[in-house]
Amino acid sequence: MTFTTFIQHVLTGISLGGAYALIAIGYTMVYGILLLINFAHADIFMMAGYFMIFAMSSMPWFIAIPVVIVVTVALGLAVESVAYKPLRMSPRMSIMISAIGMSYLLQNLAIYLFSALPRAYPVITPLKQSFQIGGVSASLVTILTPVLTIVLVLLLMFLINNTKIGMAMRAVSKDYDTSKLMGIKINRVISFTFIIGSALAAIGSILYFTDRMSVTPFSGILPGLKCFVAAVLGGIGSIPGAVIGGFFIGISETFLVALGYSTFSDAFTFLLLIVILIFRPTGLLGEAITEKV
Amino acid sequence: MKKNFPASVRLTLSLIAAVGVFFLLFWLEGQRTEQGMLISILQKSVILSIAAVSMNLLTGFTGLFSLGQAGFMAIGAYVTGLIAMPVSSVDNVFYVSGMADGLRSFKESLSVLPTPLLITLALLAGGLIAAIFAALVGIPVLRLKSDYLAIATLGFSEIVRAIIAAPQLDRITNGSYGLKAIPGFDSGGGRGSLLIPFGVAVACITFIVLLIRSSYGRAFKAIREDEIAAEAMGIGLFKHKQLAFIISSFFTAISGGLLAMFMRSIDARAFQVTLTYDILLIVVIGGIGSITGSIVGAFLVTFAKEWWLRFFDQPLVINGFKVPLLRTGFRMVVFSIFLMLIVLFYRKGLMGNREFSWYRLLSWPARIGRRKKSLPSGDEEALK
Amino acid sequence: MTRKEMTNGRPDTAKVLVTENLTMQFGGVVAVDKLNVVVHEGEIVALIGPNGAGKTTAFNVITGVYTPTNGRVRLFDRIIAENRPRGKMKALYKGDDAGQYKDDVVLTPDKITKLGVARTFQNIRLFKSLSVFENVLIAHHTNLKAGVLRATFGLNRKEEKDMHEKSMELLSIVGLDHLADEVSGSLPYGMQRRLEIARALATEPKLLLLDEPAAGMNPQETLDLMAFIRDIKDRFGLTIFMIEHHMNLVMGISDRIYVIDFGRQIAEGTPVEIQANPDVIRAYLGVDE
Repeated sequence: MTFTTFIQHVLTGISLGGAYALIAIGYTMVYGILLLINFAHADIFMMAGYFMIFAMSSMPWFIAIPVVIVVTVALGLAVESVAYKPLRMSPRMSIMISAIGMSYLLQNLAIYLFSALPRAYPVITPLKQSFQIGGVSASLVTILTPVLTIVLVLLLMFLINNTKIGMAMRAVSKDYDTSKLMGIKINRVISFTFIIGSALAAIGSILYFTDRMSVTPFSGILPGLKCFVAAVLGGIGSIPGAVIGGFFIGISETFLVALGYSTFSDAFTFLLLIVILIFRPTGLLGEAITEKV
Repeated sequence: MKKNFPASVRLTLSLIAAVGVFFLLFWLEGQRTEQGMLISILQKSVILSIAAVSMNLLTGFTGLFSLGQAGFMAIGAYVTGLIAMPVSSVDNVFYVSGMADGLRSFKESLSVLPTPLLITLALLAGGLIAAIFAALVGIPVLRLKSDYLAIATLGFSEIVRAIIAAPQLDRITNGSYGLKAIPGFDSGGGRGSLLIPFGVAVACITFIVLLIRSSYGRAFKAIREDEIAAEAMGIGLFKHKQLAFIISSFFTAISGGLLAMFMRSIDARAFQVTLTYDILLIVVIGGIGSITGSIVGAFLVTFAKEWWLRFFDQPLVINGFKVPLLRTGFRMVVFSIFLMLIVLFYRKGLMGNREFSWYRLLSWPARIGRRKKSLPSGDEEALK
Repeated sequence: MTRKEMTNGRPDTAKVLVTENLTMQFGGVVAVDKLNVVVHEGEIVALIGPNGAGKTTAFNVITGVYTPTNGRVRLFDRIIAENRPRGKMKALYKGDDAGQYKDDVVLTPDKITKLGVARTFQNIRLFKSLSVFENVLIAHHTNLKAGVLRATFGLNRKEEKDMHEKSMELLSIVGLDHLADEVSGSLPYGMQRRLEIARALATEPKLLLLDEPAAGMNPQETLDLMAFIRDIKDRFGLTIFMIEHHMNLVMGISDRIYVIDFGRQIAEGTPVEIQANPDVIRAYLGVDE
């Protein structure tokens, strides 16, 4: 591997990692508050891909992007109120089955509405502009993704640390029951969490699919699982953790593919998951919780 | 407490039912041309019922939410397929890169066995290899709490799929081309297309039922109810979880092996996460914690999906009016909505955690009558 | 019961349970600080202290739910837990005796139960959706000899029959035999407590740990419980170590008492000695809990 190809792969890896990070934030935030793996998050991300296809067929990209974000957020909120809200007091397993059921429903819905065949993802021209720096060529999206990710995360951290709703979110994730007793409107906090998660998933989806060029109803599954692993790697509940996890998985995946082990790159992610869960279940930046006996 | 008939009555009824089912299946097998569709749906139902009951052993009885079913079924299917596939078809199937020499000579040494024995051996080998994998994977994974266990086993299942399809294993698994020419149920000598899968299922499910009723089964339930209390009562958490996981994986793989024989040709794509979700759907609809529920669920879901709801996928025109919504994929949408409705509003599923009993079945009409009669008095009580 | 030679209130029988400098620290918080308890065979020993003093934590360490940060637990002549501060804990550890315990012994709760320790829980942990009978039956699984295949195929019929008979016998001893088929979670509170004790007895323990057995009981129920504890102690030849808040129960039933406050052991002695101890009075009355 020459130095230029190395840099090339690093760039691709960082770009993929940025998209992963944005999706992983959705998992980590929902888990932090509801202790739930939002299995449907991956399919919301996939749906955002289809929304973009339809939006771009009738409007210019700068209008399409906000429209897609709004529609995706609406979908995220709908999923929350249909599948999770009625089960707030139910056993963990029921909520998890509901999440899986929702994911199943969204996939089948996508097959029904858009067919199982891949659909071409629209080209957002400005994102595809390519640069040539030394021997390394990169499109704008490759450079924009990590930058945008970091900007969005800083914005989000500011929001969480400095606004009232952010404080409520932190309180709920620390202690659900007590914050409810203290008069925090739990449902509003949860809705807000889903809004942020879905919006970031929509942006992540635009960045991710622009590089991959097609969407199928199953496009969500693998990136979804990987992003969950990223969230666990960084420490579930921790936003900076999810970002680090996302970048780490994106870069390692790119290098595994570059070295010719593309079939094993997925297996690697899960191996990583099992290793983390054994040796450091709290992840890199997570906090330990002990069960009271 | 629980009303029931005396044991002798129950046994007689069960025997009559078993003989009845046996002759029904025997008769159906003779009607292969007329009843082809029914036979194949029955085969699929009974195969999935093994997987569903195995999943229920973990989810409903031990409280372990594992999503590795597709992976263990893949292991069972591939091992069964590789062993059972006749040596004469190997070159045709592995036409791209050939079969590994060791595997080929192993198969040649097995080819002296009569087909029924070879197939039995193939299924058992699939189960055993899956059990070994379960034992190894269980060591790290079973320490994890509920949803982490789910995602880790899901991950395992995806790893299995990735490895099966890997080009590096072309000479063993035939990579992405998959396995073909796997003998079907009737390859032993004509008959057996229903009796074999039903027979295997009866054996597997009986074993699981007996296990659940044994002291070990009670220990599993204790773990499901309260891990800390179970441990304080001297029940080794890891040992018993591992036991449940290994046994469940063994039977899941047997179900996978039967599925390979049913499909005749398989590839890694048949064992995606959706397969696990399908089995989960059966368990949830049947009732988490009910073996009867899982069996009934398997037949109900398969019949509905493959037969009764077929028309959802076909465009329908009545008097020139095209019925809206009906086209490919609608069936599964209806299905997933149905699943969500059960999850949200009828969480117990068909059976809750109850099991089949002759008394309940035969007193059913009477109970319905009683419920209608007792309704007004119930209202009165509500008014007080 | 008759107490033989008294040495510092302690009888001359064998030591069942000994904790040596047992310390449990969560992060910077010391929940149990150098606990030194000795329980002799045939005794009823109580561990008392204000809320949050670390009593239940001590039980959890003894039964293997937690690994101690430092110190040692012996059961008869066997070490069942031994640990020293390690890793991050080394810097956080507040005691000065860190180097004393060199061996690592970590037994899981089920292993400790198999060695003859059974317990009940402060906030009752029954197998709620199972029947009263099943709750007791499950506890007999600990001493099951048959392997999984033998048990599945019903080849241990005699063993299984014995387990059923013993469970029924236990239920009649605690007076719950008429409720055997009820769902355990639906029993009234007092009966749930009794069932928990019956379940613990089914593991055939030598040492029984009771975590606040009288919690939530009225005076009459507490008196009944006192008689009940004495009765099972004699009938099964038990040694009992218990946590309790009801002073009537503690003073009426215990041979000896240990008092802890803020994790630290502040007194040890017979009920009469404890009632007169100024440190104990200060801990209970002086600081408003």
